[in-house]
Amino acid sequence: MLINDELQQIAQPILDEEAGAEHSIRVCVAAGCISSGSDKVLKELKAQVKERGLEGRCLVKGVGCMGPCAGGPVVRVDDGDVMYHNVGSDDAGEILDSLDGEPVKRLAQSMDTPFFKRQVKIALENSGVIDPERLEDYVAHEGYHALARVLTQMQPWEIIDEVTRSGLRGRGGAGYPAGLKWSTVAKAGGTKKYAVCNADEGDPGAFMDRSVLESDPHRVLEGMAIAAMAVGADQGYIYVRAEYPLAIKRLEKAIKQSERAGILGKRVLGTTYDFHVDVRLGAGAFVCGEETALLASIEGRRGTPRPRPPYPAESGLFGQSTLINNVETYANIPALIRNGADWFSSMGTETSKGTKVFALAGKVNNTGLIEVPMGTTLRDIVYEIGGGIPEDRPFKAVQTGGPSGGCIPADHLDSPVDYETLSKLGSIMGSGGMIVMDESSNMVDVAKYFMEFTTSESCGKCVPCRVGTTHMENLLTKILSGEATHHDLQLLEELCDLLQNTSLCGLGQAAPNPVVSTLRYFRHEYQALLTDDEVETTAQEEAE
Amino acid sequence: MKKTTMATIWLDGCSGCHMSFLDIDERILELAQRLEITYSPLVDTKSYPDHVDVAVIEGAVSTDEDIIKLKKIRSKTGLIVALGDCAVTGNVPSMRNNFQVGDVLDRAYVENAARQPGRPHEMLPSLLEKVKPVHDYVKVDVHVPGCPPPADAIYYVLSEILEGRNPDPIQMTRFGR
Amino acid sequence: MSDQTVSIKTLKIDGRDVSARADETILAVAQQNGIDIPTLCHLDGLTPVGACRLCLVEIAGSNKLLPACVTTVREGMEVFTESEKLNRYRKMILELLFSERNHICAVCVSNGHCDLQDLAVRLGVDFIRYPYLHPVEKVDASHDRFVQDDNRCVLCGRCVRVCGELEGAHTWDFMGRGVQTRVITDLDTPWGESDSCTRCGKCVHVCPTGALIEKGRSVAEMAKRRQFLPYLTLMRQEDQQ
Repeated sequence: MLINDELQQIAQPILDEEAGAEHSIRVCVAAGCISSGSDKVLKELKAQVKERGLEGRCLVKGVGCMGPCAGGPVVRVDDGDVMYHNVGSDDAGEILDSLDGEPVKRLAQSMDTPFFKRQVKIALENSGVIDPERLEDYVAHEGYHALARVLTQMQPWEIIDEVTRSGLRGRGGAGYPAGLKWSTVAKAGGTKKYAVCNADEGDPGAFMDRSVLESDPHRVLEGMAIAAMAVGADQGYIYVRAEYPLAIKRLEKAIKQSERAGILGKRVLGTTYDFHVDVRLGAGAFVCGEETALLASIEGRRGTPRPRPPYPAESGLFGQSTLINNVETYANIPALIRNGADWFSSMGTETSKGTKVFALAGKVNNTGLIEVPMGTTLRDIVYEIGGGIPEDRPFKAVQTGGPSGGCIPADHLDSPVDYETLSKLGSIMGSGGMIVMDESSNMVDVAKYFMEFTTSESCGKCVPCRVGTTHMENLLTKILSGEATHHDLQLLEELCDLLQNTSLCGLGQAAPNPVVSTLRYFRHEYQALLTDDEVETTAQEEAE
Repeated sequence: MKKTTMATIWLDGCSGCHMSFLDIDERILELAQRLEITYSPLVDTKSYPDHVDVAVIEGAVSTDEDIIKLKKIRSKTGLIVALGDCAVTGNVPSMRNNFQVGDVLDRAYVENAARQPGRPHEMLPSLLEKVKPVHDYVKVDVHVPGCPPPADAIYYVLSEILEGRNPDPIQMTRFGR
Repeated sequence: MSDQTVSIKTLKIDGRDVSARADETILAVAQQNGIDIPTLCHLDGLTPVGACRLCLVEIAGSNKLLPACVTTVREGMEVFTESEKLNRYRKMILELLFSERNHICAVCVSNGHCDLQDLAVRLGVDFIRYPYLHPVEKVDASHDRFVQDDNRCVLCGRCVRVCGELEGAHTWDFMGRGVQTRVITDLDTPWGESDSCTRCGKCVHVCPTGALIEKGRSVAEMAKRRQFLPYLTLMRQEDQQ
């Protein structure tokens, strides 16, 4: 087939390089490791390989995130079962010396651990494997093969059917079935449609999308192109926050490369189908992750949400039907199409299929980026993959879903991570932030931290969120100062209820979640801080 | 029949609410048959009685002395009525909340003093940083907004209280009335 | 609106059977039938934005409250415009507004002519349980005819919309976010120095409170005149037909 031959040609240089090499050294060049100096390590390794005349025999390349971010700069030699952590540029010589012998013990960390063994990588399958700045490398790893397949062998409805059958749900937070969204856009009227990628990742501590964009940008482009073909869009926008300069640089490079290679742009892979992608930068407003605010921002207007309906599928960008998915959702698409819906839906739980990427942070030994099958228990994530809590201190809670999520206490550690379970526990899947807390965390403090965040990120359009978040933050400050009474706590709870039920967009509706969930599981911590000793037993406490 | 005892209090306000109370005119005679004012700027009692059935409070809370008064009143009173916008919202006195207390004092006692400019510092209650409504410090049972609340609203509120009912004067007055 | 596309829906509002064009909002249909839903950011003739949340109504079979000003009718829909819950939320929203800026009604030029005051009476708000935020706000009197007093602003955006949509000047817009949001003229230049302001005064008269006022008015003198709005809307509709 012609298209596959073309792809083969693109990949050939990489295949030749790999065929000739005896060793490969991969250096993480995602933002986390670069910030601890991995770019210098990469440069030094390349220089020494040249000096020693090892070019051709030993490949040195910068790759995306390998996961154990706290151990950066991270380097991996060949496909052995060790990974080097905290590598400095002065370690380069020693690493090259060891190529044909034993690994450098001083730097080596075993990979025969649950952190690696328990992960299943779909969205991250190329992260840490390919050079994110080379189209050839992506294509050599089956990149754009799914696009080629849908262009030559599938009808739009077949693509949508495949996505629907896979059970894939939106990875941006709410978990809306992707297939349903796609088919709604496909069925919507109008001659012009858009496919938009939400890369305005704003939760404190979350870096899943950044990592995917930095490690494997072509994957997101391929997912978008497939989606665009399925729904009938010919223009795509990726809305990335400006705070992700490296992700933006790699995305823009990837777009240029794929346009030059005839993969994106006019006449995709030589077919009659066009798909242009442009990058739009967010100016630092968290609310622009909300889809209607995001669209307003792309249009060049003030990034504030508007009431839905109409949903973007019906009336979105410039009033046209628009498909919006998040980075991770698109990143799942190429593998899903290549391997089929049955393969995808074989992973996960009844209602939540596939895998989920989490940014594991807080009081846990292995912080970093992980991808696990849906349904993995919190205990497995914290204690197996995360390696437990430093100094074996007792676990207190895990916070998921960022400022829109909640805290889940030890009693529920054995709960499977899926959309429904997390929501039942008063939290949300969110985009994948996961913060582990031990006994040293005060939960009122935690709630106030997130409340401060939403207060400063409230766009100010609707009254409940604009003023309510401010009062909630002030009430939490008052409670923490030890000057609050039961009356203040009551005001706080009323505001939680008001915001959840009357706010215009998801930001305001979910803003009380950190307070509500900590009140649900750690009410005594609030009560202990109140000044009046009025004894009250709420219906909620009785129910627990 | 034992008369209902009533106190009226004047915190940081202009006394306009007390004036409006007197504006109920001859109806005051009717009220006086069932109501006895046992403490008020209008009567010559120096200390707050041990028990008062109803306290009507005019004015916002501006000084440390106001707080002490309020706490005492709350503990010795059945029903507290916040009368007028100053007591209910802070109103005009609260307009100083956008300034530092020192600046406010300087403005009044230094910049605009015709003679002997200087901040008062002895024997006077000290100003709180922020002027606040009465309900920020003690539980208030009835709120009667208005600047001042019309005499009819005040008469209505007192009559309802005497009848043992819970008055809801919002249809007869409003903020700024 | 061409006649062929008009389809008619029937629905229930507060137990009453009513009919509506498919493109009409719940608020419009309620108004036609003498059912008064409280509103603040809404003003007939301006694009509804659903920002103040006072017009939220309950829909049978849904636990989501919907803003009547932007929600279009559906066949068989059962709408409830009053309930204990709605009233509680509406009161809280008003309390939040009163606590947000410095609404000193007694000394406001719009005292007695204010939508916010009227709503407080209507919804029975007689005191504010939330601590007043007492922000330091600016008063811009640089314009020779008008004054902008941010102390009274409720950020409803009526001025922004009337200026952009009807006058076509787009002098006003929002700046900042959260409780720091302010309405500004041009790029936050003083109103008196605005290049785009046509001095038409529409913003002043759609403003629900004493935030935008005419100069030379004393306390309680600033009544707003909004007759121009239905007239302009009507002219525009006739033009389109």
